[in-house]
Amino acid sequence: MNPIAPIINGLSITLKHMFMKPVTLQYPSERPKVATRYRGLHGLKVSHSRAKCVACYLCPTVCPAKCITVEAGEDSSHNKIATRYEIDMLRCIFCGYCVEACPVDALKMTGEFELANYSREDFIYSKERLLEK
Amino acid sequence: MGIEILGLPMMYYIAMVAKVLIAFVFVLLTVAYATYAERKIIGHMQVRLGPMRTGWHGLLQPIADGVKLFFKEEIIPSQASTFAFLVAPLIALIPAFITFAVIPFGGVIEIAGYKIPLQIAAYYDTTAGQIYDVNVGVLYILAMSSLGVYGIVLAGWASNSKYSLMGGLRASAQMISYELAAGLAIVSVFMLSGTLSLSKVVELQSGWGGLEWYIFKQPLAAFIFFICSLAEINRTPFDLPEAETELVSGFCTEYSSMKYAMFFMAEYANMVTVCALTVTIFLGGWNGPLTASLPLLGPVYFVAKVYFLMFVCMWIRATLPRYRYDQLMHLGWKVFIPITLINIVVTGIIGYLV
Repeated sequence: MNPIAPIINGLSITLKHMFMKPVTLQYPSERPKVATRYRGLHGLKVSHSRAKCVACYLCPTVCPAKCITVEAGEDSSHNKIATRYEIDMLRCIFCGYCVEACPVDALKMTGEFELANYSREDFIYSKERLLEK
Repeated sequence: MGIEILGLPMMYYIAMVAKVLIAFVFVLLTVAYATYAERKIIGHMQVRLGPMRTGWHGLLQPIADGVKLFFKEEIIPSQASTFAFLVAPLIALIPAFITFAVIPFGGVIEIAGYKIPLQIAAYYDTTAGQIYDVNVGVLYILAMSSLGVYGIVLAGWASNSKYSLMGGLRASAQMISYELAAGLAIVSVFMLSGTLSLSKVVELQSGWGGLEWYIFKQPLAAFIFFICSLAEINRTPFDLPEAETELVSGFCTEYSSMKYAMFFMAEYANMVTVCALTVTIFLGGWNGPLTASLPLLGPVYFVAKVYFLMFVCMWIRATLPRYRYDQLMHLGWKVFIPITLINIVVTGIIGYLV
């Protein structure tokens, strides 16, 4: 077999690649385009300036990682609301079942993917941090 | 120019020091930025960007690397043979730099009525009207590049580590195998030129408007010499002495800090020297169009050619995987040496007939 031809072929490929546009994303200065159906951090939807969640417990029931903690209560007009709604992001597997299970469409998944924190406690996202802005 | 020291005018000494400084600084800067260029070129060949953060497009990366290595902890293994361990990087580094002394990087330039040949180990004799340089320049270079391997072998042995020793052994075996083929490849050139002085070799390539290069007369020898040079300076695809996959880091496994940086510098300085030598012997040295009328164009052509060959080295590195050890030996002994021998015979026959 001719031993030179594959080398020449390889050299031409690398030379061609040198003039291609690099695929590198300069991450902190350049942001990636997050897909619309990306499953990132959860968000509690808000309607009429209150969370839509009615504390039905379907999301902690369906959650395979058992990372959602809900406590139900009443507000001043006797509506059932979640007094406590926490998601442990260290346990969450971002499967999105909680969003599918929600009967009142109160939960969604945002494109937020930078979930690093300094302490373990900070990974337990409380209701205030989950409410959509 | 009244003052004379040892029968030579003062200008001679000034010019000599200036040439040494210029060549040394040039090689050092090229070595520093060759690392940057290599990372950038290989990056772009892999459709990446390479260094981008330190300075504009990562231009300060070599400086950052240097500072980092300088402040790293110096580790000497407790079982190492200390003196040899410390002296090995120097033995690798010095031959890499002093080889540049005999390489002509330009024609004769005239400053204040004094003619200076742009080659460190050379001077222009006004009474005889010709350049005197080391008349066995090529032998000097081959000798120095062989000395360089002592540093590597010593490093491998003094580290007292299996990986380092294997790396050192491989380096010496590889050096011996490829030195032969490289030497035989340039023999065919010296059959044409009839001299071993590098400035004469460059002078002989000045015909055809500065394009009468030996690569056109001896393409096979040029090709084999360049590949053997790659093998001699342990660059990919012949970087077996420091094969990461099997030898961790080969001979420099136990080295850290500035001593490691010295091996790195030696590797790149060797690359500069080898490319400069290939340019001098095969690509017409500093010759090119219009060098006769504009002598300052010579160094420009020379640097451009050297940088082109260095680009080729990096290009090859980005393309080819490492040879297996038996393939390396097969290539050296059973392919290159017979081909170069045949090349010498054919050159001799043609030279006899013409």
